[in-house]
Amino acid sequence: MAKRIDVSDLNVYYGDFKAVEGVSMTVEPRSVTAFIGPSGCGKSTFLRTLNRMHEVTPGGRVEGKVMLDDQDLYAPSMDPVHVRRTVGMVFQRPNPFPTMSIFDNVAAGLRLNGVKSRSTLEGIVEKSLRGANLWNEVKDRLNKPGAGLSGGQQQRLCIARAIAVQPQVLLMDEPCSALDPISTLAIEELIIRLKSEYTIVIVTHNMQQAARVSDRTAFFNIKATGEPGRLIELDDTAKIFNNPSMKATEDYISGRFG
Amino acid sequence: MTMTAHDETRPGGTGSGARLGTTGGTGTSTTPTDPGRRDLIESMDRPHRGRAIKDHVARIVMWGSFVLAVVPLVWILWTVASNGFHMITTSLWWTGNQRNINTTDAGGGARHAIEGTLIQAGATAAIAVPIAILTAIYLVEYGRGRLARVISFMVDILSGVPSIVAALFIYAVWVTTFGIDRNGFAVSLSLVLLMIPTVTRSTEEMLKLVPNELREASYALGVPKWVTIVRVVLPTAFSGIVTGVLLGLARVMGETAPLLILGPYTKNFQRDLFNGNMPTLPTMINEDRSDFALSTAAERMWGAALTLIILVLLLNLAGRFIARRSAVAK
Ligand SMILES: Nc1ncnc2c1ncn2[C@@H]1O[C@H](COP(=O)(O)OP(=O)(O)OP(=O)(O)O)[C@@H](O)[C@H]1O
Ligand SMILES: [Mg+2]
Repeated sequence: MAKRIDVSDLNVYYGDFKAVEGVSMTVEPRSVTAFIGPSGCGKSTFLRTLNRMHEVTPGGRVEGKVMLDDQDLYAPSMDPVHVRRTVGMVFQRPNPFPTMSIFDNVAAGLRLNGVKSRSTLEGIVEKSLRGANLWNEVKDRLNKPGAGLSGGQQQRLCIARAIAVQPQVLLMDEPCSALDPISTLAIEELIIRLKSEYTIVIVTHNMQQAARVSDRTAFFNIKATGEPGRLIELDDTAKIFNNPSMKATEDYISGRFG
Repeated sequence: MTMTAHDETRPGGTGSGARLGTTGGTGTSTTPTDPGRRDLIESMDRPHRGRAIKDHVARIVMWGSFVLAVVPLVWILWTVASNGFHMITTSLWWTGNQRNINTTDAGGGARHAIEGTLIQAGATAAIAVPIAILTAIYLVEYGRGRLARVISFMVDILSGVPSIVAALFIYAVWVTTFGIDRNGFAVSLSLVLLMIPTVTRSTEEMLKLVPNELREASYALGVPKWVTIVRVVLPTAFSGIVTGVLLGLARVMGETAPLLILGPYTKNFQRDLFNGNMPTLPTMINEDRSDFALSTAAERMWGAALTLIILVLLLNLAGRFIARRSAVAK
């Protein structure tokens, strides 16, 4: 199921502003890759190019190549809608659909794409909620609105919603930044569990979190505001945290940054 | 923050941060009675008192405005209700028409006018609402660049068009150019012109209130844009859109100029939009207003006015009910 991502020489723009420059990297399948780096260095921007969400922003465009196994995501014949079915995304703030129940939220991706059979939906909803570690908490109130859950539960609901469409890759942009430590722990455990099936990329500002959940870590940096962000290095998490090759990485990790 | 840092912050000072840790630089001590501290206490007190006064004034102004707005409303409602009440409590009012009833005769029914108003409003909504909602969706979800700006500008212009101008425009097209007789449908067309801009604007506002995160959440599931709009954006904005539609409809139901020009009053039942004169509540009010000196006509006028108000009120209540039913059960 899980797929490898190969990025080469990617530049990302907002209109005329180049936000990210010259990124090349490989994201291994069935592993967790963490993106770290100072605010504004383009982690979210780069992440959103991996499922073609970047171009939803007015003026957003991309140069370079992103390969998902042997598929070129930015080939002219590639439909962005298809890309997003393959590469799922979880956002910083939990964003369940407010008009939908818990069940409908998880079923949304399938239903909006035309799956109608109730029994198919029920099966996938249960499996996804179990996968997101939420089933036991919500199984008695599947018809209650998703917005009525706690923040941590909502975020797990959003993860369930994302995995319900059975993507190959799961992108997460600071999925725990709005959550308390206990919910954070629950989601971290979930991420570690999910990596047996998915390729996971997670943006985080929390170094401990990167150290806890990720196999590999990418450090992004920016020289000055207005300059494009760049990938400084990508390596095994243990190496990045104990013995990085670049001085900038070491400065950032040891808090000697800026 | 340490005591020292607080003490050294004076009104007009540049803040405590820079001076943190300097000891005795300005010679102030930290005993509670010294002048520096009293200064500080007063300076903390003063803006506070000022805030309380401002708060008080704002409160009075707000209540004053509220009362100013409500007094005429209650006054109008009371006048209309007390004068029209006994007219609308007769059963004939809700079943009959005004056929063969002269201005000097008392009573008669208003059903012909109620039906006319509802039929015309329904036809208006059926044409205006889809156009307005689709325009709003275009402007909010798709519109970029020149075309969107032009359309938005046109909507602004249209919302500034007086109802009599809309009526004369339809008259010029309908009667003068195409030579068709005046009828209820011509009235509806002119009301459409008045309803489109208000519903477009209110729908636009509601669509803008839908957080972008919801659209992105939907796109991220691989849902195409148009499905996202139909299944996620519109349901989220639904109650607001319905409220906007009903307010727009309530507004055009009370319009009078287009009805006088395009659909003159008749005392009989006339349910056909395409067959000449058509009675409506506003034109019925106008008819009886011309003989206001006669108590028989005046009573009918108040009755028709009260009926119109009740219709509008019911419309609003229905809108709220629909909006509540549609939201997920809490
Ligand atoms: N919609 C946008 N339009 C224009 N510029 C943007 C937009 N979004 C982000 N940027 C710019 O792109 C650069 C990278 O932003 P991005 O959000 O990717 O940073 P980030 O690394 O995710 O930061 P953080 O850690 O604070 O989330 C910043 O300079 C930012 O100002
Ligand atoms: Mg970010």
